[in-house]
Amino acid sequence: MNFVRFAVRRAAEMAATLLVASFVVFGAMYLAPGSPASFLLSGRSASPEALAAVNAQYHLDDPFAVRYLRWLGDMVQGDFGRSLTYRTDVSRLLADRLPTTLLLITMALIVVVTVGLLLGRISAVRGGATDSAVLVATTLAVGTPSFVAAVLLQGLFAVKLGWFPSGGAGGGFLDQVWHLTLPAIALALYLIGMLARVTRSAMLEALAGEHVTVARSRGIPERQVIRRHVLRNSLGTVLTTGGLIVSTLLVCTILVETAFSIGGIGQLLELSTTTKDFPTVQAISLIIVALFMAVNLIVDLLLPLVDPRITLGTRGANA
Amino acid sequence: MTRGPMTRPPRPASANGSTASANGSTGSTTTLDVRGLRVTLPGTARPVLDGIDLTVGSGETVALVGESGSGKTLTSRSALGLLPPGATTEGTVLVEGHDVLAMDADRLRALRTDTVAMIFQDPRAALNPLRRIGDFLTESVCSARTGDRAMGRSAATARAVELLDAVGLDDSALKKYPSQVSGGMLQRVMIAAALMGDPALLLADEPTTALDVTTQAEVIALLARLRERFGTGLLFVTHDLDLAAAISDRVYVMYAGRIVETGPAETLFARPRHPYTAALLASTPRLTTPGGRLAAIPGQPPDLRTPVTGCAFAARCPLATEVCDEHAPAPLQVSEGPVHLAACHHSDRLVGEGSAVDA
Amino acid sequence: MSTVLTRRPGLAKLRVRSGRSPLHLVCLGLVASVVLAALLAPWIAPHDPNAVDLGAALAGPSAEHPFGVDAAGRDTLSRLLLGARTSLLGPLGVVAFSTLAGVAIGTAAAWRGGWLDSLLSRATELVFAFPGMLLAVLVISVYGEGLLAPVVALGLAYLPYVSRLTRSLVLAERARPYVSAYRVQGHSALQICLRHILPNIAPVVLAQSTINFGYALMDLAGLSFLGLGVPPLTPDWGRMVFDGQTAVQHGYPLSAILPCLFVVLTVVAFNVVGERWADRVARRDR
Repeated sequence: MNFVRFAVRRAAEMAATLLVASFVVFGAMYLAPGSPASFLLSGRSASPEALAAVNAQYHLDDPFAVRYLRWLGDMVQGDFGRSLTYRTDVSRLLADRLPTTLLLITMALIVVVTVGLLLGRISAVRGGATDSAVLVATTLAVGTPSFVAAVLLQGLFAVKLGWFPSGGAGGGFLDQVWHLTLPAIALALYLIGMLARVTRSAMLEALAGEHVTVARSRGIPERQVIRRHVLRNSLGTVLTTGGLIVSTLLVCTILVETAFSIGGIGQLLELSTTTKDFPTVQAISLIIVALFMAVNLIVDLLLPLVDPRITLGTRGANA
Repeated sequence: MTRGPMTRPPRPASANGSTASANGSTGSTTTLDVRGLRVTLPGTARPVLDGIDLTVGSGETVALVGESGSGKTLTSRSALGLLPPGATTEGTVLVEGHDVLAMDADRLRALRTDTVAMIFQDPRAALNPLRRIGDFLTESVCSARTGDRAMGRSAATARAVELLDAVGLDDSALKKYPSQVSGGMLQRVMIAAALMGDPALLLADEPTTALDVTTQAEVIALLARLRERFGTGLLFVTHDLDLAAAISDRVYVMYAGRIVETGPAETLFARPRHPYTAALLASTPRLTTPGGRLAAIPGQPPDLRTPVTGCAFAARCPLATEVCDEHAPAPLQVSEGPVHLAACHHSDRLVGEGSAVDA
Repeated sequence: MSTVLTRRPGLAKLRVRSGRSPLHLVCLGLVASVVLAALLAPWIAPHDPNAVDLGAALAGPSAEHPFGVDAAGRDTLSRLLLGARTSLLGPLGVVAFSTLAGVAIGTAAAWRGGWLDSLLSRATELVFAFPGMLLAVLVISVYGEGLLAPVVALGLAYLPYVSRLTRSLVLAERARPYVSAYRVQGHSALQICLRHILPNIAPVVLAQSTINFGYALMDLAGLSFLGLGVPPLTPDWGRMVFDGQTAVQHGYPLSAILPCLFVVLTVVAFNVVGERWADRVARRDR
């Protein structure tokens, strides 16, 4: 099967799953107890005319299928509807908050990839006491929810030591980076542990391979053996965690941004959940799901390049 | 087709000038000379290798025969200094007069790239599945060598093409991944890779076990041909007695980390003087065996976790007496003519067909 | 038959089995004591967890309040002990739901195969696209705050992990000769599944569920931290961190840090015990 056909088929599958996901997201809101109009009027006893006006404005009288299709059509065109709480376009809300969240996630991702790979590597290669120490550290990291990490880091480095600000996103790039350092670390901690463990076990598996002994027996320097025959061979396994890493980062921003009062997508999701701002919750959920699938698609497409044994589309069979 | 760069200039006599006293063919030098090698692994009760003496002359083919776990693989790997982590060693492993066990990392690497090369049992496992065959061939001569010994990438590729040709493959294999070619072809690649550094000694660790029968014969024939053409010494590790008899000049039989018998291939197989060798021969399926009987050896080889006093084979040996449990037999010359040693208290009782050991 | 020379096994067998690791023992003890604390909480808690003593608000540890007092003047130790109940009950619900449903679905998919299998694997893929927290947030935004909605949502989110594992285990088990032997003898599929296959795969599934327990605890505590989980006055570790966060920013970290530690230790303990169990089962099967 050639690459383009595989990519197209995979993308089509992804679109189908995304379609079902959108149906789930929309359907869940449709099933909400009480009519959306009463939420919109936030409990005020409304006149029948006001109710009718709201119903007309939000097309609440149309049948389900019509409303779903209209909503879907709008979503595809980038129109995420109007926020019930903020009374503005959801796309506007998102656009305002996205840069902060993206910066936060990028910083966390950099930390996760560098520290996680490094820890996994030294743990697998050095073994012994180093390995035990890294194992204990990653066990702790994997058991630490990001909100706990956020509160602990905040208490120590922001309040007690005063090295970093305790909240907010800051203005200007460097100030933002400074403000987002603690949140990024809080966000990264769990994933560092996970990635280090995945890297470690993948490298140990590669290290146990006969081809490593063979490479050593041919006089190839140890560093090169590790790089070309161990690290290289564990790359595929590490890559498959990509989707999970990105979606975990996205979802955990809800905790970390709330803990550090950062006005990003995560905090917006938290606020709109509390205020039952359905259009905003729908939009953010769908974006997270779509991003997860997109990353997985990229991983699927990259995998055959990293590991020639994996022919396109047989990831499950060869894993 | 013989070409210039592939033929080896005659090697100078090794540094200490030790001549192969054991292999009978006087005048030739000893490529591999293992003396009293004893290897102990952590957490074991007895040494994995217990006083191994073994030589391979230049251009000579020597077979090392034994059961799984007898230590034959470890013996062959010791020539590369490739020992399990935590192993402690006694004795010497001299390759062209230099002790491998005393080498530092750089010397060891030079030894592995230039002097000794190994052909592994399972080519499927031995090649990194994520790297192209061309990369595997050139990797050690390009990147492992340092300084003036380093080979340029294009020179290395040219040599790889020559050697692929010598093993009967064309250069299209260079661009392929290991998963794209058959096991027999991969073992040819493995052999070509072993010859890349123009080694003085080839170690072949059951190079045909993972292959199917027709391919086995081809690979063996190829190996014999190449050994002759390049004049390398060959240490052939196998559990296949017939194969050992067919390919080798001399044979060593190992049992539980010791050499129990050694001698010229013909003599040893015709007139085994150690009960273990005799039992092995009797338990090998053979069309021409008179009477067509197969005799299994009762019992199991001793475990590494139990210490061995006396002869390691005593528990399974039909000839064993009290002396066997108490004293380990020393290898002794058992016949006139070329060196033929057997480590058995009762080798005198083993004359003729070895029928005494039938269970 | 003959002893002739099989392929060499290598030296792997010689590796000395390590004994019980101290970390594992400590974690086993932690799990036991947390469960015990949750069970006995009403009797061993020194104070009413909701009794307010504003005069002592944010007080440090003392004889009367060994772990101090939170910003609303409530005894931290009592809230931690009673909080163990809600904090463990939620994950228990998640794990019970996901295990039962997951095993049923996974077994059915593996045994029946065909369209049922492909439908279920599609559904699994879909659920995988929704991270547990997101699904819970979605459900909460619809049905409002409380413990039940997020527990069901997380149970649903964790279900595919169990069902996929069960499916592969049942497929492997089904291929073994004893199953065909029972079939030949006329045992029904249900009988074989319940009496022979399930007991065989149970250890692996339960080990996975133990690990899931830790993750469910993390997620539920996170939701409570957002104020979306348990109702405001309920003692709960996540909720306590939420309540104590303002105090942290004013330099009184104790009432938030203690529940944090409890969450981390409990999650780690469950993870370690679960992983160790899974390792042992895997080694037994080898």
